[in-house]
Amino acid sequence: MTFTKLMATAALTLGLATGAFAQEKTKVGFVYVGPVGDGGWTYEHNQARLALEEEFGDQVETVFVESVAEGPDSERVMTQMALDGADLIFTTSFGYMDPTINVAAKFPDVKFEHATGYKRADNVSTYSARFYEGRAIQGHIAGSMTESNIIGYIGSFPIPEVIRGINSAYIHAKKVNPDVEFKIIWAYTWFDPAKEADAAKVLIEQGADVILQHTDSTAPQAAAQEAGDVITFGQASDMIQYAPMPRVSSIIDDWAPYYIARTKAVMDGTWTSTDTWDGIGPGMVGIGEISDAVPAEVKAEALAMKDAIASGEYHPFTGPLKKQDGSDWLAEGETADDGTLAGMNFYIEGLTGEIPQ
Amino acid sequence: MIRLDKRPQPSRAMALATPLLAVLATMVFGGLLFAVLGEDPVQSILTIFWQPLFGEFAFYYRPQLLVKGAPLVLIAMGLALGFRAGIWNIGAEGQYIMGAIFGAAAALAFYPLEAWWIFPLMVICGGLGGLLWAMIPGLLKVKFGTNEILVSLMLVYVAEQFLSSMSLGLLKNPEGFGFPGSRNLQQYASAHNAEIITGSGMHWGVVAAMIAVIFAYVLLTRHRLGFAIRVTGEAPRAAKFGGVNPARLILFCLGTSGLLAGLAGMFEVAGPAGQITLDFNVGYGFTAIIVAFLGRLHPVGILLAGGLMALTYIGGDIAQSQLGLPAAAIQVFQGMLLFFLLALDVLTNYRLRFGAAEVA
Amino acid sequence: MDLSVINPILLLAALMSAATPILLAATGELVVERAGVLNLGVEGMMIVGAIAGFIVAVNTGSPAMGFIGAAAGGAILSLLFVFLTQVALANQVASGLGLTLFGLGLSALMGQSYVGVKPPRMGDLDLGPLSDIPVLGPILFSHDAMVYIGLLMVACVWATLKYTRAGLVLRAVGENHDAAHALGYKVKRIRALAILFGGACAGMGGAYISLIRVPQWTEGMTAGVGWIALALVVFASWKPWRVLLGAYLFGGITQLQLNLQGAGVAIPVEYLAMSPYIVTIIVLVTLSADKSRAPGSLGRIFHASH
Repeated sequence: MTFTKLMATAALTLGLATGAFAQEKTKVGFVYVGPVGDGGWTYEHNQARLALEEEFGDQVETVFVESVAEGPDSERVMTQMALDGADLIFTTSFGYMDPTINVAAKFPDVKFEHATGYKRADNVSTYSARFYEGRAIQGHIAGSMTESNIIGYIGSFPIPEVIRGINSAYIHAKKVNPDVEFKIIWAYTWFDPAKEADAAKVLIEQGADVILQHTDSTAPQAAAQEAGDVITFGQASDMIQYAPMPRVSSIIDDWAPYYIARTKAVMDGTWTSTDTWDGIGPGMVGIGEISDAVPAEVKAEALAMKDAIASGEYHPFTGPLKKQDGSDWLAEGETADDGTLAGMNFYIEGLTGEIPQ
Repeated sequence: MIRLDKRPQPSRAMALATPLLAVLATMVFGGLLFAVLGEDPVQSILTIFWQPLFGEFAFYYRPQLLVKGAPLVLIAMGLALGFRAGIWNIGAEGQYIMGAIFGAAAALAFYPLEAWWIFPLMVICGGLGGLLWAMIPGLLKVKFGTNEILVSLMLVYVAEQFLSSMSLGLLKNPEGFGFPGSRNLQQYASAHNAEIITGSGMHWGVVAAMIAVIFAYVLLTRHRLGFAIRVTGEAPRAAKFGGVNPARLILFCLGTSGLLAGLAGMFEVAGPAGQITLDFNVGYGFTAIIVAFLGRLHPVGILLAGGLMALTYIGGDIAQSQLGLPAAAIQVFQGMLLFFLLALDVLTNYRLRFGAAEVA
Repeated sequence: MDLSVINPILLLAALMSAATPILLAATGELVVERAGVLNLGVEGMMIVGAIAGFIVAVNTGSPAMGFIGAAAGGAILSLLFVFLTQVALANQVASGLGLTLFGLGLSALMGQSYVGVKPPRMGDLDLGPLSDIPVLGPILFSHDAMVYIGLLMVACVWATLKYTRAGLVLRAVGENHDAAHALGYKVKRIRALAILFGGACAGMGGAYISLIRVPQWTEGMTAGVGWIALALVVFASWKPWRVLLGAYLFGGITQLQLNLQGAGVAIPVEYLAMSPYIVTIIVLVTLSADKSRAPGSLGRIFHASH
């Protein structure tokens, strides 16, 4: 038994060594959960990969595998990339967390970057984007522009990431419009265009004239366009083809600056394990152009808020804030800590309905 | 004019030759496809078929073939017993999910207790989960004559929804920061279906698959029940006269296939996958149907077919990464392989006759 | 919770449109199954239809041409199934599953350069004063042409199966292919035509998603609708009008679920989502006692031995 183990370890190290010697280019691997043609989450990661190639030209070689199932398949794909001599591997779905940690333990000299997870190691960093910062701006525009005072929200799954977005949008919509009401529909999918279209239509029929979405397809945009006086925001990618109406702005996942910086760090030998949670400031969350459908003063306020958030002057979760059950959460002037935000599983006071369990 | 004449006996030579022919044809047409997509066809085919077996890192991929192939073989073996008797369980995906949920739930109920009996208990619960789920179409068929193809298929969707409910609710990891998914059983020693020999890919699911193949082989060739299965499939009327109890046979076949699918799910969740998540099932239950037919419903054939299918998955991922082939091209390639295998099988049971059709 | 926000008129109107893709695909599959063939490749044919229709519509600028292209795309893919099951006598379950696998891959390859493209819109049919009738107008008379074509298709299939000779022959082939063969009917030819019709219908159903419901192209966008269509045929116990009823029921449960959520009702979404399948099983069981059961030769391979 020990002999086989020895062989395996030796072979793994050997494989690693040959990989490391044989190349002068830095090899970067990407593991995608969806197809690159999904127009949303995976699409944006792949755009960032292309930007990386653009930036470094001949100095990097990138490889990717798309539609990799979470679980043993992802573990195999990561191992294969490491064996083939990758220096840095980005694993771009929450479900890759444990596989990434497992593979990283076998390849101490390969750096791993896991998106949206919370487990780290000496050679595993995590990174995620503060999308809730963008949600604050959306909430502001939505609250200012709604006439029916009903804002529809299409959620994917009831997880902290999505709940955080709902809370952030709600706080800022309520600030400019105390009568605003949120209607939330959980689609139980990240990507199912037909279902997302249905959800959007239902919200519109129930009186919503703003649709916010935390699912990846453009289906809700098309539904809003057909309905007429409804505004939407692009999600994950810019969805500019629906501007100026219904899409009045967007939250864009811009991974390129981070991918370029981390690859540079590997090239320079300065890479260390970190936990990055970047927002508008460092450019990980992009705010798509605010279209002319938005009144000038609202646009100006939104841009001012964007600058304040980017500079760190303003935090979207600033007290006084209470939880839905009326209990105190943040005192006057207090801002939320990252730990609470990361595990957020409660609504802010004023939101109706329960988070499904 | 070409016509088909049924052979009095299936041709042994053809049964062996057609799979090889099919693989060859797939290489040719797949190569053409890759060439159209702008890749070197020879390189692509070599990457898919050669690299995992004999390439530089074969020491890693060969064990992975076991990991990927074992659930396929385990499920397909059970299905094939039923298919031979004309009993169509196509809901193995659902039974696989239920086996995993039952198995994982059994372990998580006792977390963090470490005890030797936890893993055996999981095996029992996992098998039971699949068995019970398959008994629904079985009992309905026996009792009401309901079509088992459709009931078992419907139950896949029910199981998928149940899985989603479990990973967001009851089985959600309380320390997982609210993310969907259960605790990772790989980090729970008593429940972990670890490799028996490190680096070999051999986990208990692989052992179970091997046992299933041997068991099925003996059953089909040596046992009375196996005889009943074959007769029922080939000549249902003769079987009835021969004293075969159809109800018992239906329950046996559906039950066995459910049991094996449930076990496959349980071994997967306790080992390679580790946790119950929203997307835990990756289609093994459906792919296994394909594997069963590729293996011509024969135990040894299924073993080989499971290996071949696993090879195209592993090789396909390598080709994506090394050559930049899109995942869709690999899917089309697998589809082709399947079509050729299915289409050429006609030569085993029929003879091609060229020339003018005789006037009957 | 405020149920008054749910407008039943709009709910029913949305239902008619939401049910159309499954209605089209299921109607096609019904004909296939009535001819005694089980084609599990509906999902594959739908998604190929979705992209084929999308490509044609974008390039010609005409959604109508798109639907014709989608029908052609679905039918061409089903030709593979015809070859496998009718010529090479391969097992239908495996061939159908293979068709879905192949179709999903093929559609993704075909659609590579169409991600993010907006297709031409198909407007609602102008039915003049009809759409101004209160209540009925918005529910029944304010849809795009495909909704009505779907309904028409159900009526045609029903009438054809019930009253025409062709329908009789088709059913005879499905009930007992040996007897039909003995009577001199061309079993394989009839089945091949049925499969092609099924492929065309599935293709159009897929295109309804990519051209009207969503409208955009993304890989895997049919997201399992083809499998629901399969369930629907069974639910309908192979009767056309019941397909219509079933399509509204299946589509309706999703619509209702979304509406209730919007109204703030806490509902267990997963359990509601599994209900159509459980209902289908119950229907199957109750039907087993009834005389309207599955076509006798469903899924069996036919080879004329003389």
